Amino acid sequence: MMIATGAAGAVGVASLVWPFVSSMAPDAVTIAAGAPVDVDLGPIAEGAIVKVFWRGKLIFVRNRTKKEIEDAETVNLASLPDPQPDSARVKQGKANWLIVYGNCTHLGCVPLGHEGPYEGWFCPCHGSIYDTSGRVRGGPAPANLPVPPYTFVSDAKIRIGEETKTPAAKTEAT
Amino acid sequence: MSQHATTYVPKSAFAKWFESRLPIAGLVHSSFVAFPVPRNLTYFWTFGAILIFMLGEQIVSGVWLAMHYIPQATMAFDSVESIMRDVNYGWLLRYLHANGASMFFIAVYIHIFRGLYYGSYKAPREILWLLGVIIFLLMMATAFMGYVLPWGQMSFWGATVITNLFSAIPLVGDTVVSLLWGGYSVGNPTLNRFFALHYLLPFMIAGVVVLHVWALHVVGQNNPTGVPIKSAQDSMPFTPYATIKDVFATIVFVMFFAWWVFFVPNYLGHADNYVPANPAVTPAHIVPEWYFLPFYAILRAIPDKLGGVVAMVGAIVMLALVPWLDTSRIRSSNYRPMYRQFFWVFCIVCVLLGWLGAKPPEGGYVIASRVCTAWYFIHFLVILPVIGLFETPKPLPSSIIETVLGRKGGSGIPIGATAEPSTKG
Ligand code: HEM
Ligand code: FES
Repeated sequence: MMIATGAAGAVGVASLVWPFVSSMAPDAVTIAAGAPVDVDLGPIAEGAIVKVFWRGKLIFVRNRTKKEIEDAETVNLASLPDPQPDSARVKQGKANWLIVYGNCTHLGCVPLGHEGPYEGWFCPCHGSIYDTSGRVRGGPAPANLPVPPYTFVSDAKIRIGEETKTPAAKTEAT
Repeated sequence: MSQHATTYVPKSAFAKWFESRLPIAGLVHSSFVAFPVPRNLTYFWTFGAILIFMLGEQIVSGVWLAMHYIPQATMAFDSVESIMRDVNYGWLLRYLHANGASMFFIAVYIHIFRGLYYGSYKAPREILWLLGVIIFLLMMATAFMGYVLPWGQMSFWGATVITNLFSAIPLVGDTVVSLLWGGYSVGNPTLNRFFALHYLLPFMIAGVVVLHVWALHVVGQNNPTGVPIKSAQDSMPFTPYATIKDVFATIVFVMFFAWWVFFVPNYLGHADNYVPANPAVTPAHIVPEWYFLPFYAILRAIPDKLGGVVAMVGAIVMLALVPWLDTSRIRSSNYRPMYRQFFWVFCIVCVLLGWLGAKPPEGGYVIASRVCTAWYFIHFLVILPVIGLFETPKPLPSSIIETVLGRKGGSGIPIGATAEPSTKG
């Protein structure tokens, strides 16, 4: 009797923990608000960084200059804390468009664009440095600014929240 | 309380009837009237009472604020502004609550350092000390979540940075963070649950305070000599001696508190928090409230995400381990000439860390933070265990009454400021 009561109690508690914890996760409305958003690239001048939101998260859309692309491509990968070639962070043939999440991978502040030694981004909170590819180059941040799922719906428009269907592009985006 | 059988004698017939059904008057009598307190306590022993008062003050001002506050991301900031401008005396409620949090921390830091100086964590007071560390943790959580509620720029970015600390946990970090947020970033669900928890935690603190006081009344109070009460002569009854002293100290403290509230109510806050939360822009200089600065400096001193978080948590864990790290059998630093020096060095390091936590993370500040962080841990992990083995303590007085009579010339006047000069802990 004691064992049965104890066991029933334990199972009861355990099966209630799950709904309580689960209720704290993003709810249906929050998830539904994660529908893809379209960004019109037309008005974004060369060199400019535009901030957009998707699923409540900040995203940088950066129209990179020739020099910025070159700086990002000619880097000794072995010297990076989180090695990734620039080509894996942009879509093929669209190297001027860099789309990355806008929160520092350290503790989530918004890094300032065109600042820091690589003129990519500089995070004012604890001094993390990013290059023009959004890759971490110094400071406490452990990883590069991640690339969100997105796809070009036309030459002048991207859709954030939807991944390009073509297999070639898929491997690229990882 | 268990070992001092109550000396309470109910006088009226009603009191007798009541006491035989719920012996609460006897409990109060033995805990706060007849309870023996060492007769050499200084004003450093009044901070416990001050802390209980401050907890009550925060709960009362908080509940009154909650009558006007709206925990909704689009309305929270405006509701706080409306408390400041439209609600009768709303400005007073809010300034009491915001500055009250700071006063609460001033008192708790004095209380903790008092314990460190006089060895109040040593046997038989380990549980008492651990309960104190738990209260400190709950206070930090409460104050952090409270600071998020006005939903200004510092609220938002403070919440972002602190919740992101959990993302450093290997494997499950990101899941944990999204459970804290209830979304993909700090947002309305986060504000809502923080309000619920901010309301709840102070009452949990009150519960732990009861355990803390209970544990205190089982083992008795420490005192500036660290020598336990040996005879009735060493102690005084709690009432009236400690009662009036605690009330007096609390009133002085409240005057100090009032000075902040009425003359510089925003000095301890940040101007940026009067700017509504904006998830697209981080303020150029984000720093936590002053009471978190030493821990923030430790976090930033380590150039690695996980490492920084581990060091910051470790800094608090050190406090919990003190009873087992200190190898000396002497409680009071008054009789530990070597340790006493190191205690003061440690105090200076903590203040320095606090100052560095408010500085930008560059150049000399980073190096200084690293040196101080290293010293913080060396103090606990090396100095505390090692010094107890080598130090020759000064001779202890044979009893509390001896130190009192020795100095006071036998008048037997109770507790008072006279003990202050030798005990700046
Ligand atoms: C351990 C006790 C408590 C501490 C340390 C504490 C701390 C804080 C802090 C630091 C703030 C931000 C103040 C500001 O800058 O505006 C705050 C806000 C707030 N707290 Fe508390 N609090 C405590 C207890 C309570 C309780 C019991 C309630 C009851 C509901 C409460 C309700 C509120 C409300 C409604 C706000 C938002 C209004 C405002 O920002 O002024 N607090 N709290
Ligand atoms: S949040 Fe960017 S460096 Fe810490």
